[in-house]
Amino acid sequence: MTSEAYIFDSIRSPRGKRKNGSLNEVTPTDLLSKLMISLSDQHNLETSLVDDVVIGCVMPVGDQGANIGKAAAQYAGWDTDVPGMQINRFCGSGLEAINIAAMKIKSGWENLIVSGGVESMSRVPMGTDGGSMVFEPKVSLKTNYVPQGIGADLIATIDKLSRSDLDAFALESHKRALEAQRNNKFNSIIPIYDQNGLLILEKDEHIRQESSINELSKLKPSFEFIGKMGYDAVAQEKYPNVEKINHVHTAGNSSGIVDGAALTLIGSKAIGEDLGLKPRAIIRSIATCSTDPTIMLTGPAPATRKALKRAKMKISDVDLIEVNEAFAAVVLRFMKEMNIDNTDNLNVNGGSIAMGHPLGATGSMLMGTLLDELEYRDLTVGLVTLCVAGGMGIATVIERV
Amino acid sequence: MAFIYNKDDNNIVTLTMDTANKSVNLINEDFYKSLLENVMKLEKESNLKGVILASAKKTFLAGADLDMLYNINAAKTCYDIVESGKAVMRRFELIGKPIVAVMNGTALGGGMELALCCHYRIAVNNSKSKFGFPEVNLGILPGGGGVARLPRLIGLESSLPLLLEGRQLNAVQAQSKGLINELASNEEEMLSKAISWIDSNPNYEQPWDQKSFKFPGGNAHHPKNAQMIAVAPAVLRKKTRGNFPAPEAILSAVIEGSLVDFETASRIESRFFVQLSNGKVSKNIMNATWFQMNALNSGVSRPKDISLTSTSKVGVIGSGLMGHGIAYASAMAGMEVVMTDVNQESANNGLKRIRNILESAQKRGLIDQEKMDAALQRITPTNDNKLLKGCDLIIEAVFEDRDLKAKVTAKAENHLVENGVFASNTSSIPITSLAEQSASPEKFIGIHFFSPVHKMKLVEIIKGKMTSPQTLAKAFDYVLKIKKIPIVVNDSRGFYTSRVFERYTGEGMTLLTEGNSAKNIESAGKQAGFPVGPLAVIDEISIGLAAHIRDQSWKDLKAEGKEIEAGPWDGVIDFMTKEVNRTGRAGHGGFYEYPNNEEKYLWPELEKHFPLSENPLSQQEMIDRFHFIQAIETVRCYEEGVLTSVADANIGSIFGWGFPLFKGGTLQFINDYGLKQFRVRARDLSKQYGKRFSPPKLIDQMIEKGQTF
Repeated sequence: MTSEAYIFDSIRSPRGKRKNGSLNEVTPTDLLSKLMISLSDQHNLETSLVDDVVIGCVMPVGDQGANIGKAAAQYAGWDTDVPGMQINRFCGSGLEAINIAAMKIKSGWENLIVSGGVESMSRVPMGTDGGSMVFEPKVSLKTNYVPQGIGADLIATIDKLSRSDLDAFALESHKRALEAQRNNKFNSIIPIYDQNGLLILEKDEHIRQESSINELSKLKPSFEFIGKMGYDAVAQEKYPNVEKINHVHTAGNSSGIVDGAALTLIGSKAIGEDLGLKPRAIIRSIATCSTDPTIMLTGPAPATRKALKRAKMKISDVDLIEVNEAFAAVVLRFMKEMNIDNTDNLNVNGGSIAMGHPLGATGSMLMGTLLDELEYRDLTVGLVTLCVAGGMGIATVIERV
Repeated sequence: MAFIYNKDDNNIVTLTMDTANKSVNLINEDFYKSLLENVMKLEKESNLKGVILASAKKTFLAGADLDMLYNINAAKTCYDIVESGKAVMRRFELIGKPIVAVMNGTALGGGMELALCCHYRIAVNNSKSKFGFPEVNLGILPGGGGVARLPRLIGLESSLPLLLEGRQLNAVQAQSKGLINELASNEEEMLSKAISWIDSNPNYEQPWDQKSFKFPGGNAHHPKNAQMIAVAPAVLRKKTRGNFPAPEAILSAVIEGSLVDFETASRIESRFFVQLSNGKVSKNIMNATWFQMNALNSGVSRPKDISLTSTSKVGVIGSGLMGHGIAYASAMAGMEVVMTDVNQESANNGLKRIRNILESAQKRGLIDQEKMDAALQRITPTNDNKLLKGCDLIIEAVFEDRDLKAKVTAKAENHLVENGVFASNTSSIPITSLAEQSASPEKFIGIHFFSPVHKMKLVEIIKGKMTSPQTLAKAFDYVLKIKKIPIVVNDSRGFYTSRVFERYTGEGMTLLTEGNSAKNIESAGKQAGFPVGPLAVIDEISIGLAAHIRDQSWKDLKAEGKEIEAGPWDGVIDFMTKEVNRTGRAGHGGFYEYPNNEEKYLWPELEKHFPLSENPLSQQEMIDRFHFIQAIETVRCYEEGVLTSVADANIGSIFGWGFPLFKGGTLQFINDYGLKQFRVRARDLSKQYGKRFSPPKLIDQMIEKGQTF
């Protein structure tokens, strides 16, 4: 017997900066479990009814190692009956957790899933987990591996996106995020307190209060040096018609490195009725895809097309879109491929460039932001999509109920 | 003014700590304020070469002012005080010039933390000086940067035991652990070493402020530390059973602090500090071991208008289990001791046991040969009562038998000097009735020691109806002199300690009759915070002795024409002693079997005689019963005037029979639980298990008046 998957809630922590950031002192297990406690408290949730906890985390080592999903559920004091796991779909992990939850519910085998993600990038820096894609020469050589930033610069070069195009996009992200923050639009944020009830962080702290094109344009390209060392050549081998890669991405028009966690509660209609949980949206479709791993970041459009096809929808049916701002060029490429000519309905409250991209958590955070905004504007259909390392892409279509 | 600022011709500033109107330097808000003023003055110096931090007192710095700490109750206030104090210390540490702590004496807790904030530490090698972090023993952690700095100085593995166990080191040990950099033989040498270190390290920075800093021995993620860190929580839990939050918080703060930068580690430390300092356990511990202990030692239960007495010659009648211990403690305090027994051989055996205690202390380096010989020299073992002549205090420690005690009293008391005091070390026979057998009942008193006497710190002093204030003062001063903790109680059957303690074993046996498994009962006792389970402890004391004491008291009550009330445990005592003849450890088995050279185990046939219930109680229910029955009996003692101070009750329970320190004692337990909630729960227990749990009237009165114990 199959059933539909409903989203009952989606919450997140504020995002803390990497350097001297407020969340650096909070271990990722602690951070995630604080959200879990908040979720179960808010909904008076009988946790023994949670069939599984699915948590995205991209650097699952050290503080984040050994199945942080289960560790956090235990530390949160949830019932011993609650299982948990940690998954890794790179930057798509938080959304993948939602998608897995949706599939679990749709199969009819499970009824209530807590999905989400966590990434403390200040404590477990990128690259900590090693891996063959980067660190095993025969693999990296065979697959023409280049870092994501080179892929982003390659997209910009191919699509003839200038530095100022990207900086303008970045500036808009900051403006929108700041505006949203000032208007208290991020309802899904749960402030983080210490064990004594003293506030640690209540707002995203990566957003620049004052930013200008002038300031952004002064930043140095982040990937020029390593590109020239050899990565550009590796990329050009696959893209021979690119004469020269323009290194236009900087720390200012790429996503911020931050700490954060998010949870999305998903279940069947029946369990919602049993527990008095109000469904906020139904998950219409999900999709993952893969494209060329060298350019790496072109997955969102094909993933979106796949998901829309499954939902029997067109892009024009979608009211609001959240595309992860891993790099400015990623979003601009997505818009180009999907024939979207303005950002009126896209990343309307800013994105990862302004607020940061806590790898494993972002997908779940975008879902919360989307849901809040759909409700705020009283719109119906929403899409979340992210580019994913290895050339992959991921997308989820929801509809308010 | 907490500091004296003095700049010398060499441009070295000496900051001398000198807390006003105190014999020691104390850290309080004024201290930080004053330190900040001095740091700002140092920052303005144009040609500063270095700083020396010194003390004008005999000790360096004793630590934080507990009066201040105990009275902070808001988390935010506590956090702000801690963080702002630490900010001042950090600013001092980052002054940019070398700072040397010259430690003329003891530096404990906050004192040691301030020393760690200095760049170099030199101490006078003085046998009296102590160094370390005793905070854990008060239920808190070193919240002045100690948790952040110590591991960065000496590594995780070396710092954890010092922080978790609160051990106090002498100067040589402190140097070998890396707490102190250099020792000096006197203050002059210490100062010259300080100046020469400043001369040769003009731009010194703390290791953790250097770019090249590597955590000594690796941080908590270093593979070399993995095994130690993995097992550390279990090692801790085995000791604390989760009842003491301080060591757990210290372990977390050290481990988590090692993974982040110094400033973050310091903040993590502050948060854990606030958690502990604002928690009930630290308040309970401080209340008992600091405030109430000080009250007892300063004589809250001693007659005020009688001047200090001294005891020079002590007679101890009986050289057995208790007698030899009393003789030992008296001799160690410099008193002359005559220890008598029925024959010379027994008396000599008593002396042999004393020698054994001394030799084992000598092996552990706690006492030298000279002191040991002198102590033994002071004790005369004999069977000749005449040698008791000239004693100003005689303590009898013979078997718990009214007639026997009367006999030895009569034989010995005439040897006392004029105004000498005769004491009985009885644990159960009412003092007033024993005093009646004495020629001078006003000079008769109970001095109840605990076994083993050389280890147990508590002494329960029992006033009989006729006991004079002079006699009480003498007993009290004697107990303090032999370095024990005196509590003073009025006469009652079992006095205070035995009377309440019996409730623990009684409840354990009652639970057995209700069909709870002995294993669960014993676990609940230990989880409740007692050193051993109730069945194990009565095995140690002897079920036979319990039966004997009970029979004696029933006989007495009958003679007085009073009603005898048997409890559910009495059947168990009778069964064990009469039907299966298992009287305890000494009787070759009681609730436990005691195989030779192997660990004891519960008597397997218990379940046959006490069949298991299909609905056994939860562990928490049993834990509550253990705590409540003792708390309620203590309130009755207080109500009846057996106890006259809360301090006597709490300290007596903790040091007498091991009532959980984390609860702060039998009466503090009620404060901790909340009086109203306590009454509700007591009524509930009374309804379910019997009226022995019903809340005494005093509780109602106190609730009405809004009082606490």
